Amino acid sequence: MEEVKPQLLKITFDGIEVEVEPGTTIMQAARKIAEADESQGHLVPPAMCYYKPLPVSGGKCRACLVKVSAGSAKDPRPMPKLVPSCITQVQDGMVVENTTNQAVLDTRKSIVEFLLINHPLDCPICDQAGECHLQDFAFEHGSVKTRYEEERRTFDKIDIGPYVQLHMTRCILCYRCVYTADQITDKRVHGVMNRGDASEISTYIEKAIDNDFSGNVIDVCPVGALTDKTFRFKNRVWFSKPEDAHRDCDKCCGKTTVWYRGDEVIRVTARKNTWGEVTDFICNTCRFEKKQTSDWVLEGPTKVKRSSVISANKYRKDLVAKPDFALKLAASQFKQIDDSRPYVTDEETIRHQSIENNDKANHRSLAANNN
Amino acid sequence: MARKILTEHINVPGIETFDVYRKQGGYTAVEKAIKTMTPEEVVEEAKKSGVRGRGGAGFPMGMKWGFLAKPEGVPRYLVCNADESEPGTFKDHHLMKSIPHLLIEGMIISSFALGANKSFIYVRGELMYVIRILEKAIAEAKAQGFLGKNILGSGYDLELVVQPGGGAYICGEETALLESLEGKRGNPRNKPPFPAVKGLYQSPTVVNNVESISNMPWIINNGGDAYAQIGIGRSTGTKLISASGHIQKPGVYEIELGVSVEEFLNSDEYCGGIRKGHHLKALVAGGSSVPILPANLITKTAAGEDRLMTYESLSDGGFATGTMLGSGGFIVFDETACIVRNTWNFSRFYHHESCGQCSPCREGTGWMEKVLHRIEHGHGSMHDIDLLVDISKKIEGNTICPLGDAAAWPVASAIRHFRDEFVWHITNPQEATAPGAVYMGDMALV
Repeated sequence: MEEVKPQLLKITFDGIEVEVEPGTTIMQAARKIAEADESQGHLVPPAMCYYKPLPVSGGKCRACLVKVSAGSAKDPRPMPKLVPSCITQVQDGMVVENTTNQAVLDTRKSIVEFLLINHPLDCPICDQAGECHLQDFAFEHGSVKTRYEEERRTFDKIDIGPYVQLHMTRCILCYRCVYTADQITDKRVHGVMNRGDASEISTYIEKAIDNDFSGNVIDVCPVGALTDKTFRFKNRVWFSKPEDAHRDCDKCCGKTTVWYRGDEVIRVTARKNTWGEVTDFICNTCRFEKKQTSDWVLEGPTKVKRSSVISANKYRKDLVAKPDFALKLAASQFKQIDDSRPYVTDEETIRHQSIENNDKANHRSLAANNN
Repeated sequence: MARKILTEHINVPGIETFDVYRKQGGYTAVEKAIKTMTPEEVVEEAKKSGVRGRGGAGFPMGMKWGFLAKPEGVPRYLVCNADESEPGTFKDHHLMKSIPHLLIEGMIISSFALGANKSFIYVRGELMYVIRILEKAIAEAKAQGFLGKNILGSGYDLELVVQPGGGAYICGEETALLESLEGKRGNPRNKPPFPAVKGLYQSPTVVNNVESISNMPWIINNGGDAYAQIGIGRSTGTKLISASGHIQKPGVYEIELGVSVEEFLNSDEYCGGIRKGHHLKALVAGGSSVPILPANLITKTAAGEDRLMTYESLSDGGFATGTMLGSGGFIVFDETACIVRNTWNFSRFYHHESCGQCSPCREGTGWMEKVLHRIEHGHGSMHDIDLLVDISKKIEGNTICPLGDAAAWPVASAIRHFRDEFVWHITNPQEATAPGAVYMGDMALV
């Protein structure tokens, strides 16, 4: 007997048509486009809180807001507000604008700003740097300068259990770790206390998470709020070499990524897919205790995205190219940076960055200060 | 005297007891609805009445009831939103403490109409004494056979539960309220699905304001058409207005929708005018979250027509020159009020009450409060004004629930209409921070 296939829905995302199954979200449709054609990867809306393996996640960070310019074939009216693409399901004939809509890009820029105003920006000493979603997000969509002059909120560091440290100051309250805790245990000790910008991830009076899978909260954390205490301050991630490996584990799937510095295993994480999402959770034994090469069967180097600093040891080359506007300006208005000097000043760096990012407003304010 | 629907018997001594309420014609609507009408007919009357949600959004109640999904074998719930916490709004509090049986009667009729066998009244936790009054009234109604199993021999069962809230403004948002009612942290849910499809315990749920539900007994007794006769256009019926601020007689007033703002403000029947020797500077017409308007725009619209107390007239001109009726929190400022300080105060409230779930609201409300605090205390700079406008624009419409909008509107509107006052605060920090100093501007000439 022939299998009955569900009616596929056709949606247009940034001018690209794609057919998806009913119940798919806009985000998943965009990822489908990017998976079919890698060069379209930049079309996919960024996700700071949405995490596909955690079913209730999403809708909180508002980084993935997109414009729906036609709701469906039946009702082609545009949706009045920007909608979160991670939780909005597609309708047949929907037309979505992401990178082609200036309002969406402006909003995204402001979301970066909101997320960063209370973020300590201590990337130079943060273990997450290099694989931090917030760093990527800010690099792609953020502004060079902050307009925030107030004091940032701070919290004390908290040890949750022997392996995990919570540094709430860096947290962007994506709730991913809370949902992970929900998934791995019935007796949840890991929730959110307080309200507004004072809310904090808590294990209810610093009670250690006593669970064999608690280490996975480190992997799901998009920023450096939850870090591996066995790895803290050991190494920058871009100086380490990831290898896919597995071992025979009676608790978890045993499939991991093992990170090397020279011949030394410095940390073990779960494997992540293209979108930075863990596919299979791993147990604490694999993660924290098996730090010998002899514990593992190596499968070969982990495939790392070209854009990642882990593979290239630097940021994407195509973004360094200067746009026309900047070239003209640099030629007409700015004196050359004296290359014989062994240093550049902060001001020069900011100026250059604002030219490179085509940030005219920022440039104007700098120019005004100079005159 | 204007017609009263909700507060007609409110001053009768002992009205909070069942016997007195019954003598004043109470519970006849329940008898009429349950004995002679079908649930569909009750919904039809609500639709005909055109009564709009009194909690702030002004969505027609009958239409909301019509959206309720009715799958087989799944319970449906009615939840009464009594988590009234908007600064400047105190009408539900007054209604529940004075005449609790009116709400209970409305709840029975509405639950019957929606086919709910268990209904909830979610009261803000600060009002513990009101909760006791309601519980006492429910016990009385139960003893008389108006609640519980087999109401009036009709075979219809209804259990009414009063649930105290934990003291969060955000739990007045309907989905946060449902989360809180389920015993979880009061975070608003993403919509869709709407509560009418998946609400309390994932079942279809209707959430209505106290005042909306309290209109039901009158609508059943007199018919939806009679209710629609009152008021103007799509603003039907009466509305409780909580008047506060610099007026002669602050208090809760029931008005027929369509009274002019001028009359409401100055007539002796209502506010009785601005306090002696002062004059109107600004007015918030619908609770702290709606845009503030200066004196010239509140009594007349931009087109020069008289502004009326209706949903349409108050929002005439959009947010550029209009505001909203909202929940009816009528806050009056005379010329001694400092708009910057007031805006900071509102902003502080929304900062404190943001649930912290979505980033624009969590970070933006705090940011706005800090900038406003700085301006108010004489440390502002000129670009702060545009910064505030920009932040409020970036919050508005980008959040999960309307709290973000509610935080953004007062700030944006204050700057829109009172920009010179902000500028004065920034350019004259020493004068502005002196005790009791207020920007007079053109007002000094009046």
